[in-house]
Amino acid sequence: MREIAVVAYSQSPCVADAGATNEVELIMPQLQAVYSQLGLASAQDVDFVCSGSCDYLQGAAFAFVAGVDALGAVPPIKESHVEMDAAWALYEAILKIRMGHADSALIYGFGKSSPGELPIVLSQRLDPYYLAPLWLDTVSLAALQARLLLDQGLVSESDMAAVVARSRRNAMGNPLAQLAGEFSIEDLLAEEHFVAPLRRADCCPVSDGAAAMVIATVEQARAWGAPYARITGIDQRIENHNPCLRDLTDSVSTRQAAAAAGVHRGPVDVAEIYAPFSHQEILLTRALGLDDSTLVNPGGGVLAGNLMMASGLSRVGEVFRRIVDGKAGRGVAHATSGPCLQHNLVAVLEGA
Amino acid sequence: MAERAAVVGIGQTRYKTRRNDVSIAGLLREAVDRALEDADVSFADIDAVIIGKAPDMFEGVIMPESYLVDALGAMGKPMLRVHTAGSVGGSTAIVAASHVQSGTFKRVLTVTFEKQSESNAMWALSTPQPFSVHLNAGAGGYFAPIIREYIRRSGAPDDVGIKVAVKDRRHGARNPLAHLQLPDITEQEVRDSMMLWDPLRFLEACPSSDGACAMVIAAEDSITGSKPPAWIRGVAMRSEPTMYAGREEVNPQAGRDCAADVYAQAGITNPRKDLDCAEIYVPFSWYEPMWLENLGFAAEGEGWKLTVEGATSLDAGGDIPWNCSGGVLSSNPIGASGMIRFAEAARQVRGDAGAHQVEGARLAMGHAYGGGAQFFAMWIVGADKG
Repeated sequence: MREIAVVAYSQSPCVADAGATNEVELIMPQLQAVYSQLGLASAQDVDFVCSGSCDYLQGAAFAFVAGVDALGAVPPIKESHVEMDAAWALYEAILKIRMGHADSALIYGFGKSSPGELPIVLSQRLDPYYLAPLWLDTVSLAALQARLLLDQGLVSESDMAAVVARSRRNAMGNPLAQLAGEFSIEDLLAEEHFVAPLRRADCCPVSDGAAAMVIATVEQARAWGAPYARITGIDQRIENHNPCLRDLTDSVSTRQAAAAAGVHRGPVDVAEIYAPFSHQEILLTRALGLDDSTLVNPGGGVLAGNLMMASGLSRVGEVFRRIVDGKAGRGVAHATSGPCLQHNLVAVLEGA
Repeated sequence: MAERAAVVGIGQTRYKTRRNDVSIAGLLREAVDRALEDADVSFADIDAVIIGKAPDMFEGVIMPESYLVDALGAMGKPMLRVHTAGSVGGSTAIVAASHVQSGTFKRVLTVTFEKQSESNAMWALSTPQPFSVHLNAGAGGYFAPIIREYIRRSGAPDDVGIKVAVKDRRHGARNPLAHLQLPDITEQEVRDSMMLWDPLRFLEACPSSDGACAMVIAAEDSITGSKPPAWIRGVAMRSEPTMYAGREEVNPQAGRDCAADVYAQAGITNPRKDLDCAEIYVPFSWYEPMWLENLGFAAEGEGWKLTVEGATSLDAGGDIPWNCSGGVLSSNPIGASGMIRFAEAARQVRGDAGAHQVEGARLAMGHAYGGGAQFFAMWIVGADKG
């Protein structure tokens, strides 16, 4: 199978409200950034383009169509789109390169969630006959999951606060983060519950922004002369939708994806875990089989800023960046989607 | 370099205006069960599930694949949801094929659907957007001026669209799954139907359908079922922006490039001669002559002559029958419409197309387009491995 590497990555700052900036304007600076990392002029210089977005964030059918305007697709390009986080666009692009129909691919994801009430909007992702009519929002679903973990003694509220404290502290070194600062566990536990047992700080913020990445065969990466990190494993698995029909205190699909991606075949120096709620970081760290030797979410993770439809791709990008910066030799990136961690993707990246 | 892959199972629902008898999951399951049975496999034999549909607003369910996991037997498996506008049915087939052609999986299930009766496509396509001109045109209103420009350039007689409308409905009458069953339709009847978007009359437009289409795609060493496989001989996708200065909207560059790419893969130099039949996305009658030219079946300005001569008609014994299943003009569950084209092309080369079979078909094309005729997906399937 052809060896594929991440060669360029960029993410916008996570902002609570991008104002009048539209989706194309959110995407374009990130595309320009990855082009400049490689000396490319435009999307014409890669073989395939794949993006991830969600129509309901924009409130328009075909939200991705305008995104094509950011690409300069004249003459026409080979292009595709998933109605998923762009981490799954990465997955599609990897298949395209493996089958020999491309040597390089541009991937991007974008989301402008601020115009709507994201947790309520996403309630309409639940099954339309039994759950969606309840308008069961994503925060309430996560709170039910946290409650199970607390009641079974699998986590404590101070464990959760410790995750938040570390995220906020790590985010102080991340200029793209939305929430950062020095907080003690006591400070955090002193806050009121938001949707019990979750406090506001246990929940990721809603952010506007975009991320872009270029991947290529190792041969193409060398030809471009840019530093790269090899994708040595990638897998994604989905579970039952209904939260009543699976064990919410574990993430079986993350375990399956981690095993298939080969997480355990070597040391894991860094892990970027897509955990929109503090208790989920603990749950996912266990499901990925990581211990204290792994640095988790050194930039603060999505608790410091969460770009719907792009955060999963960014997790891969952040691991890539640490590897090419020489701060890690081997890392794991995780992306999630759906209520209570329904669908999970795991990628393993290693240095050249 | 790509691994060989073939369609080994096909399943479709009956297409109709309202399928009030089934849930969304039930609709998909009908097509999926038929595809699995056709391939003689069960969910346990499926490595990954690839699902596609047009905008989520067409049913009002965000990313419905989330809830469809158990109905599709996808628990614990990889799943991908494709969305590339009207071409999505074709794109989904191509993305599904890439799971096998990349050597990553042995056998995948792919399914596309639309349950248009759950919502209103016209509304879903017309939500007002900030900083943009608000359009309440729908697809027909968007394409009508482009069709008028085609007529002006080509000098085609005004009844070409009418002939296509009649031909595809007569084809559809051979296909028991087709939504519109109009075996006795006449040109006069089409001419007398209401003018919706000049020059498109009511009977020159596609219906709005509920329905689903599924396929099982397998690697060369994992072929199952008693029917012959349809070997995938070429796959291609192209996109261009909706609008840009100098854009050729009548004969889009993206369509021409996509066709050239897929023909090169399949060794096709003369599509009219080399192919035995084609299932081409024609939601409005006049798109047959337009795509005949765009796809190289006829020279520019000459496509309408093939239609008039009966070259694309199974009933007239034409040499290159188009849309023997009745096409999009007979059934249009939008998200599935592209995959139906791809699956019907496969049925032809498997010799399994029933009363709309083109005798001896060995090589066929499936085609889908979407957006403002800017997204294209095409594949060539053959009875031979190639």
